Amino acid sequence: MFPPLPNPTTQPVPPKFGQQDLIRRSASTITPPATRQTEVAKLIDVSKCIGCKACQSACLEWNDLRQEVGFNHGVYDNPLDLTPEMFTVMRFTEWVNPDTQNLEWLIRKDGCMHCEDPGCLKACPAPGAIVQYSNGIVDFVHENCIGCGYCVKGCPFNIPRISKVDNKAYKCTLCSDRIAVGQGPACQKACPTQAIVFGTKEDMKTWADARIKDLKSRGFQNAGLYDPPGVSGTHVMYVLHHADKPEIYADLPANPRISPIVELWKGLTRYAGLTAMAAFAAVGVLHHLVMGPNRVTRDDEQNAKRLAEGPP
Amino acid sequence: MSAAEIEPGEAVHRGDPVTVDRYTVGARINHWITATCLVLLALSGLALFHPTLFFLTNLFGGGQATRAIHPWIGVVLFFSFAGLFLRFWRLNLWKGADTTWLVRLREVLGNRDNEDPDLVEIGKYNAGQKVVFWGMSVLIVVLISSGLAIWDQYFADYTTIEQKRLAVLVHSLAAIVIICVWIVHVYAAIWVRGTINAMTRGRVTGGWAWRHHRKWLRDLVTGKPAEPAE
Repeated sequence: MFPPLPNPTTQPVPPKFGQQDLIRRSASTITPPATRQTEVAKLIDVSKCIGCKACQSACLEWNDLRQEVGFNHGVYDNPLDLTPEMFTVMRFTEWVNPDTQNLEWLIRKDGCMHCEDPGCLKACPAPGAIVQYSNGIVDFVHENCIGCGYCVKGCPFNIPRISKVDNKAYKCTLCSDRIAVGQGPACQKACPTQAIVFGTKEDMKTWADARIKDLKSRGFQNAGLYDPPGVSGTHVMYVLHHADKPEIYADLPANPRISPIVELWKGLTRYAGLTAMAAFAAVGVLHHLVMGPNRVTRDDEQNAKRLAEGPP
Repeated sequence: MSAAEIEPGEAVHRGDPVTVDRYTVGARINHWITATCLVLLALSGLALFHPTLFFLTNLFGGGQATRAIHPWIGVVLFFSFAGLFLRFWRLNLWKGADTTWLVRLREVLGNRDNEDPDLVEIGKYNAGQKVVFWGMSVLIVVLISSGLAIWDQYFADYTTIEQKRLAVLVHSLAAIVIICVWIVHVYAAIWVRGTINAMTRGRVTGGWAWRHHRKWLRDLVTGKPAEPAE
């Protein structure tokens, strides 16, 4: 058993991180702090999940959100997808293992992965609407959000959702407000099987190693940790029994990375674009300085007069 | 000589100087609505294009308002430009002589007293103006289509994320090009003195028409009886 986090004190405590700990801020240039806080991570052990959705309930409860009562679509996923209110969704997959012919019920808790290289933040045009703290948490700052949906295009995991109520983007905060006062995320606290554990990223990797060893001893020889290098690792990681096939877990991307289209749009296009516009304007100014205005002459007017009045 | 390239509302008035009606009041209003939209779109679009220009959102009442209003201005521009397109497309059809003119653009930009017929016997629009016209036309179609694909407030469900990524890249590239085309358009109007009057008061002087659109002037004089000045 993973040693549970101690219950917090009832006394007010100063937050453990804040503005001074930002390592990235959308559409802004900032100087990151000299020392980075210890990176935190949430580890989701898919092999231990029983699909009870206590994490979903806890998420709604802590964030004071109410997902509209929906319909039964014939599957366990409820709601069917992430919404501006529902920051995490259990995705259920019935998978027949071709090697054993066993039906395996794969349940993956979907939500923000808190990428070390966040595509949402890269795409965001609004200064300070998305921030990344030095402990790895990627957070949306709603008063700065303009609702453009660029984060949706930047995200390799299809996580952010734009609210139809206030036109702002929402996603899992990793319970930054809880972590700031020494608690774990609400979903982790509620999980009855320790399928979700929380701690420093190093500790989570160590814990995952033991879990993977255990799974391998039980015949899951491809068990492994999902900490995708394409986004420089994530601060939400999965233990998968079939880490060689992440796609079978409701299309978890095998090698997520910020789309090259987004990189091009936010990289070269921006600089080339401003340069091109400035160059056109500069050439205009220069041409005018060198050539002077193209004025109609007296001769032109005389010629026009002769033409208009016809032959005498 | 090809057919007379004249349109309703154009006329030569004798006098000193001779004046020539170039644009009807309808065409001028149509133009300035389009122009206003284009400037507002450029300002609001640039605000979201580069962080150093984000302050431009203040002109529109903040980031949320800029995001909300930009596509609507685009819709107005699209229909307004469609009006201009219907008015102007016929006289902007590309002719063989336009290619000659464009090849010799350096002479046009550099030697203002050239009397070569290839460069002065020009209809209502020269090749440069035609390039601006067709450039604007194509780019506006590209911009409205890619813009609809990323108008997530209403149309988020109609495109996939991958399509949105492509659309936003195409939209920004097309926007850069159209702003460059716009710079050319505005600069040409400033450099060639007497041009702006055509779009404000609707008329130019005979000398201007002789100098820059001589074939158009000839067609007007021969194709229609010249009217006395008021």
